[in-house]
Amino acid sequence: MCCCKQLSEGAAAKFNELDAFIDTLGIDRDDERRRGRLIQVLHKAQDIFGYLPREVQQHVAKKLYLHEAQVSGVVSFYNYFTTEPKGKYCIDICLGTACYVKGSEKVLSEIERVLGVKADTHPTEDGLFSISGLRCVGACGLAPVMMVNGKVYGKVTPAKAVEIVKEYKAQG
Amino acid sequence: MNKINSKEALIAAYNDCKAQLYLRNGAAHDINSAKKEILCCGGTGCHASNSQELMSRMTELIKKNGLENDVKVVQTGCFGFCAQGPIVKIMPDNVFYVQVTPDDADEIIEKHVIGKQLIERLLFVEPLLKERVQDYAKMSFYAKQERIALRNCGLLDPEDISEYIANEGYQALAKCLFDMTPAAVVQEVLNSGLCGRGGAGFPTGLKWKIAAGVTADEKYIVCNADEGDPGAFMDRSIMEGDPNSIIEAMAIGAYAIGAQRGLVYIRAEYPLAVSRLEIAIKEARELGLLGDNIMGTGFSFDIEIKLGAGAFVCGEETALIHSMEGQRGEPTTKPPFPANIGGGYWGCSTNVNNVETYASIPEIIRKGAAWYSKIGNWQPELDENGNFVRTISGNAGTKVFALAGQINNVGLVEVPMGTTLREIIYEIGGGISDGREFKAVQTGGPSGGCITAENLDTPIDYFNLSKIGSMMGSGGMIVLSDKDCMPAMAKFYLDFTKDESCGKCTPCRIGTRRMLEMLEKICDGKGTEEMLDELENLAKTITDTALCGLGQTAPNPILSTLRYFKDEYIAHVRDKRCPSGTCRKLFKLKINESCIGCTKCKRNCPVGAISGEIKQLHVIDQEKCIKCGACIDGCPKKAIVME
Repeated sequence: MCCCKQLSEGAAAKFNELDAFIDTLGIDRDDERRRGRLIQVLHKAQDIFGYLPREVQQHVAKKLYLHEAQVSGVVSFYNYFTTEPKGKYCIDICLGTACYVKGSEKVLSEIERVLGVKADTHPTEDGLFSISGLRCVGACGLAPVMMVNGKVYGKVTPAKAVEIVKEYKAQG
Repeated sequence: MNKINSKEALIAAYNDCKAQLYLRNGAAHDINSAKKEILCCGGTGCHASNSQELMSRMTELIKKNGLENDVKVVQTGCFGFCAQGPIVKIMPDNVFYVQVTPDDADEIIEKHVIGKQLIERLLFVEPLLKERVQDYAKMSFYAKQERIALRNCGLLDPEDISEYIANEGYQALAKCLFDMTPAAVVQEVLNSGLCGRGGAGFPTGLKWKIAAGVTADEKYIVCNADEGDPGAFMDRSIMEGDPNSIIEAMAIGAYAIGAQRGLVYIRAEYPLAVSRLEIAIKEARELGLLGDNIMGTGFSFDIEIKLGAGAFVCGEETALIHSMEGQRGEPTTKPPFPANIGGGYWGCSTNVNNVETYASIPEIIRKGAAWYSKIGNWQPELDENGNFVRTISGNAGTKVFALAGQINNVGLVEVPMGTTLREIIYEIGGGISDGREFKAVQTGGPSGGCITAENLDTPIDYFNLSKIGSMMGSGGMIVLSDKDCMPAMAKFYLDFTKDESCGKCTPCRIGTRRMLEMLEKICDGKGTEEMLDELENLAKTITDTALCGLGQTAPNPILSTLRYFKDEYIAHVRDKRCPSGTCRKLFKLKINESCIGCTKCKRNCPVGAISGEIKQLHVIDQEKCIKCGACIDGCPKKAIVME
């Protein structure tokens, strides 16, 4: 699916929402410190759009009076920002040390196998799921941990993880 | 509550609030008390195990039974005993329930609260004694702990500043503003022996002294809450459980060094911590404890939150500052140090400390440096006025460790410096899980190293840990047993540092990748003995040449596993064998003659690799097998073996 197409659905409203947020920040073209707002604005943009395609990055650059390259450099540097759209359900598998020694790699490879997509690539064909490896959510007492759209599931096994995925699949 | 505009107003607010904590702090322990408070953990870990549903269910039942005047449910910060969550502590009964589910709510209200009877099955079972205990102070997990940085976690409602004030909160700030000069505050922190808890262990007082010595109109004080070490979660816990102590400590630091603005750089992966901190900042502003003219003293200070975006290297202070300025989080060489003009936030003098360091400061100011410096194994040299000159050995105070891995009691533990690893693992940690054998403990995360059984009795402090080839780091402590493979652990950490290398300097950008490739070959059985020498050489070169702490310490997991577990590496490269059975390419799963044909393995196999009829010997198709081990876990006859 082309990302521009996806963006066009309600894109104007989304850009308006983003602009309304940026307007509250009082960006001053002549203040070199306006740049300090960039990461905050990108967080908001990713909240709104789900990801940060080039169009959005260009827009942010214009609103903050920055070069597109500066914005793109920041987006590509930080793991939290993504330029790929995500599935309806984002599955995050914690690959922190505590989860790793408790077997999170097996959970990840089982989910990759069942859904037929690799972590940190593209969503499943039906657009329902995308998988990411994550470094520690700080819930090490529950290792291994997986999250679906931010909901934390603790002490998962490969089999339990597949069950959880099936439940979401049934919901569609 | 009215605005607090003087020292007297703070004391008055304290006197008004302190009764709020009576059941938790002052009342005699008594299960027959009609008035009760049910403290329930509201940390990330317990939220994940449904503690919110449990709380609302209990609140509902309290209302239904008309008990709302006597019994109250309080959401507190983390108790630290995360593996046993959700945790419920009932006061003044002093009863500690573990692994409580929303389904247990009825029994807690009906049997315990109304019936005044203990619910045995919800009590914690001591892993070594196999006995149930009700008093948390008698649990081995808590008995040896000394909670200073974590003092309010699990005690106070983090979303209510009046509880913090009721527990003598903001009195340390008042003491500084009304009774101490900035220089006296710096001296007090210096004399306490407190060192940076983020990992490097630089004396906090010295850092403040340097920052205070810079003359500038604009200075910043920063809280480094970018807890990137995977497996460490004390900073998250403190921010979620006691955000006000961070605010108070930052204000104290700002007064001491002469800063007007504070910034908290926090990971976006910690949404709950961010929201608790936002609430606390808002409440503090409303009471006049942040903002202009704090407590009527003319001192003004405010705090802003800056979100990170997922980069381990941003824990390094120069990278952190660049990230706050909206740039890529790449480190720069020091000097200039952040405290120097030109080195900090927008070129201004900036002081950066870690969350746990800040959390200890209000207690140090309130109880005095002399009190804090006697905790731990610190031996300082003092001048004739009793002021700090240098450290002879050891460190002062306590350190929080995040205990995880193959251990019974996973959680956060705070112990005095000088405690031995044996005490932490076998007494507080309750020993190795599944009755397995201890192999090593990894401290310091991806920058640290492993410590083996022969060093279990080393008293833990910054110096001793680096002497034995590891480091304190932020306090992650991953316990490994005989089922963990050391080359695979090193590979795991290198995969992490390779991903997290910012790419600025060549030794780290390319070097970590080359080291990872060698480790992958070793774990796949394609390594050679020469490769081990090559790996060690490269590791040492990177240590010497990388730009920042991330690169310089990235080879540590390799160097320390090579030092202590060379035999495992040799087994991988010479015999093509993984002694712990972790490296999948180095073994096959086979079913031997003891198979009774129960078909359980066939049903357990996720890829349908096992064939065989009932009551007949089963066979694994090696082409299909993904070596997940699901068949081994299910086999009643232990007929599935690794070859």
